[in-house]
Amino acid sequence: MEVYLDNSATTRAFPEVAELMTKIMCEDYGNASSMHLKGVQAENHIKYAKETLAGLMKVNEKEIIFTSGGTESDNLALIGCAMANYRTGKHLITTQIEHPAILQPMHYLEDQGFEVTYLPVDKAGRISLEDLRKAIRPDTILVSIMHTNNEIGAVEPIAEAGRLIHGMNPGILFHVDAIQGFGKFRIYPKRMGIDLLSVSGHKIHGPKGVGFLYIRDGVKIHNIIYGGGQQKNLRSGTENVAGVAGLAKAAEMLYAHLEEDTKKLYGLKEYFIAGLGKVDDIRINGPAGTDGAPHIISISVRGIRSEVLLHALEDKGIYVSAGSACAARKPHASATLKAIHLDKEFTDSTIRFSMSVFTTREEIDYTLRTMYDMIPMLRRYTRR
Amino acid sequence: MFKAFLIKYAEIGVKGKNRYLFEDALAAQIKYALKKCEGEFLVHKTQGRIYVDALTEFDFDETTARLQKVFGISGICPVVYVEDEGFEKLCSDVIAYLDNVYPDKNKTFKVQARRARKNYPKDSMTINRDMGEAILDAYPSMHVDVHEPDILLNIEVREKIYIYSETIPGPGGMPVGTGGKAMLLLSGGIDSPVAGYMIAKRGVKLDAVYFHAPPYTSERAKQKVIDLARIVSGYTGPIYLHIINFTDIQLYIYEKCPHEELTIIMRRYMMRIAERIAKETDCLGLVTGESIGQVASQTMHSLMATNEVCELPVYRPLIGFDKQEIVQVSEKIETYETSILPFEDCCTIFVAKHPVTKPNVKVIRRHEENLSDKIGELVEEALGTKELVICTESGAEVKKNT
Repeated sequence: MEVYLDNSATTRAFPEVAELMTKIMCEDYGNASSMHLKGVQAENHIKYAKETLAGLMKVNEKEIIFTSGGTESDNLALIGCAMANYRTGKHLITTQIEHPAILQPMHYLEDQGFEVTYLPVDKAGRISLEDLRKAIRPDTILVSIMHTNNEIGAVEPIAEAGRLIHGMNPGILFHVDAIQGFGKFRIYPKRMGIDLLSVSGHKIHGPKGVGFLYIRDGVKIHNIIYGGGQQKNLRSGTENVAGVAGLAKAAEMLYAHLEEDTKKLYGLKEYFIAGLGKVDDIRINGPAGTDGAPHIISISVRGIRSEVLLHALEDKGIYVSAGSACAARKPHASATLKAIHLDKEFTDSTIRFSMSVFTTREEIDYTLRTMYDMIPMLRRYTRR
Repeated sequence: MFKAFLIKYAEIGVKGKNRYLFEDALAAQIKYALKKCEGEFLVHKTQGRIYVDALTEFDFDETTARLQKVFGISGICPVVYVEDEGFEKLCSDVIAYLDNVYPDKNKTFKVQARRARKNYPKDSMTINRDMGEAILDAYPSMHVDVHEPDILLNIEVREKIYIYSETIPGPGGMPVGTGGKAMLLLSGGIDSPVAGYMIAKRGVKLDAVYFHAPPYTSERAKQKVIDLARIVSGYTGPIYLHIINFTDIQLYIYEKCPHEELTIIMRRYMMRIAERIAKETDCLGLVTGESIGQVASQTMHSLMATNEVCELPVYRPLIGFDKQEIVQVSEKIETYETSILPFEDCCTIFVAKHPVTKPNVKVIRRHEENLSDKIGELVEEALGTKELVICTESGAEVKKNT
C-alpha cells in the first residue's frame, strides 16, 4: 500500500489539471504577448485564470500577478515593497516561524539597511496580538505573517492582525504567506485587511513552478525581475500559460467543496491523533483540533530519530517528512521547532504527516497499524 | 587548428617484452574514453608512439578533459599537421603556429626536428638550424635557448609534417585492466572513492561493494554512493557496484556484543562479506580507504583486528595520508562535493560514544562467539539481498538480485 502523507511538501496534481495543461502545451501553446490568434488564445487562458482566482477571493482580477511559485511571490512582496517604500520607513515585522522564503529575503533586507522585528510565538506556534501591537513603530512599513505554518500547522490570527495593523496605521502594508493555508480556508484579502498574499500552485494539486501574488490596487511595489515588461512590468518573462491555467483549475476544484473537504480532514486528523494516543511517549506539536490546520500533524516520538522513522515508514510505502521537507536537508534544527521551544530530544525526533483531499481513512488505519508495530522495534535499538 | 594528439606515456616505456600489452590496453582505454566525445577519432600506434587523429571536427576542451582521465597517459601534446609543400611553406606554417599558440613573443625556444621520412631533403640538424633562423627573423623578441627553452618546438617529418610544442599533463599511472581486478569497499565518505582512484591508477580494474542499512541509512545515501561510483568510473571504466542490506547483521551485533566493539565487529563482517563477493567475481584483493589513526576503527590495533578475517590481501592506498591530503585528491578527482553531502548520519545511533581504540583480537573473537547462533544464516541472507548496479559516467543500470 502506498500512502502519501507529505502533502505540505507537494501534492499530486488533479488529473483535470494535467489534462488542461497538456491541451494548452500541445494546442494553445502561443505566447500570450503575440499579436496573432495563437497569442490571443493563450492570453485568454491567462485572463480566465485571473478571473477565476479573483472570483474565489473576491478581489479584482487586475490585482493578481503570476510568479514562478511561492518563493518568488514572497520575494517580490517583501523586497518589492521594501524598495518602493523605504522613504516612509525602514522597519519591517515578521514572525520567528516563517518559511525560509520569508526569512531569507528579510535577512537580505537587513543587509540593505532595513530593521526587522521577529515576533515570538507561544507553544502552539501562535503569535500574540499584543506583541504585534508593541512591535509597530512610526517607521514600520510592512508586516508579513504566515497564514498557516508549514511545520506544525499553527494558524495565525490574520484577520485580527490586519485590523490591528491598519487601525494603528493604514499605511502599513500587510503581507500574508498563505502557501499552506490557501485551499484549506477561504481567504478574503479585502475583508481580512490583507494587502499582499502569496500562493503556490503545487501545494493545492496544481503544477510546480507557478504561483501568484495578490497585490491590492494602490500598493506601492517595485519589480524585482527586469525584462520584457509583461504583467504591468511587475513580473517580466513570458507567461507560463499552462501553469497559470493549471493553478486556477486546481483552485477552482478545491473551492467547489472546500468546507466539506476541510471538515473531512479535521475528522481524519482527530482520528489519527486519537490513534497515536495508544503509543507511549509521543508528543503532538502545534495546535490540536480546529485551532490548527486541518491537514498537518506534527509529532515527536521520543527515542527515535526522525530520519530513522521516516525511512522505516518509507519502507512500508508511507511517505512523510522529517520536520519540514524544506528544512530537512539542513542538519540544524528548524526555526519553527526552536521558536516553540521544543526540547532537543523532541526536535530530533519530529516527523510531519500532511494529508490532502486524496487521503482516506484506510490509509490512516494502515499508517497507525504500521507505527504500532514499528515503534517498539525501533525503540529497542536506540543509542546506548 | 589542432588535428591530432601525441600521447606520451611514462612507465609503460620501461616495460620489456610485454610492453605491447600495455600499449594495446592504453589504446583501448583511449578509444573507450573518446567514445562519448563529439567527433570521430583514429587511435593508432606508430613507431612506438600512440597518436589520436581527429577525423572530423571536435571540441578541443572536451577531448583533452577526457584524455586527462585515462590512466597511463603522462602527457597529451596537441599536434598540428601540415602537408609537405617545401621548406619555405613549412617555415611560414610554423611561424603562424607560434603566433597562434603564443601571443606573447617574449619567450625562448628550441627547435627539435625528427626526420622519420629519410627522403626529406634536409636532415634534422639542418631543419633545426634553418627553422630557428626563420623564427628569429619573424619574431625578433624571441631568443634561442637550447638548454631550458620556454618553448620546445617539435617538428616531425613523416608522410605529413607534425608540429607540436605544448604538453597537457595526464594522470600518469598504468592503463586500467593491465593489473587485474580488486573489490573496493565504498562507503560514501571522502576516503573510499580516493582509495579506489589510487588503486585503479596502477592499472587495476575495480568492482565495489556498499553496505546499506535501511531504515538507518536512506535511499539518498545509497544514491550518493552510486553517484560516487559513477564519478570514479570516469577514470576506471564501468564499476560493478554490489549493494548489500546489512541492517539485520548490524542489529544482531548490536544486541549480542559489547557496544564499544560494535564498529570493529561490524567491519569484520563487512570484510568477510566483501571477500566472499570478491572471490566470486575473480577479484585479487580488497581495497579500503583506511588511514592509520584517523578514527577508532583505523588504529593499528583495529586494523589488525579487521584484517585477520580476510585471506585476500587488503590494499589500503591511503594508509599514510593525512585527511587534508585525501581531501586534496578527492577535490582533484571531483568526488569531494558528493562525498560531503550529509545523508549518512542516521547510522550514528549505533556508534558507541567511546569505541575501543585498541581492541584485543582474542577478546573480539570471543565476543563474536555470542553471534554463533544466527550469524551464518544472516550472512547468507545478506548475500541474498545483493543488488548489482553497473555504474558508468553516463548512467547507472540496476540489476536486481544477481
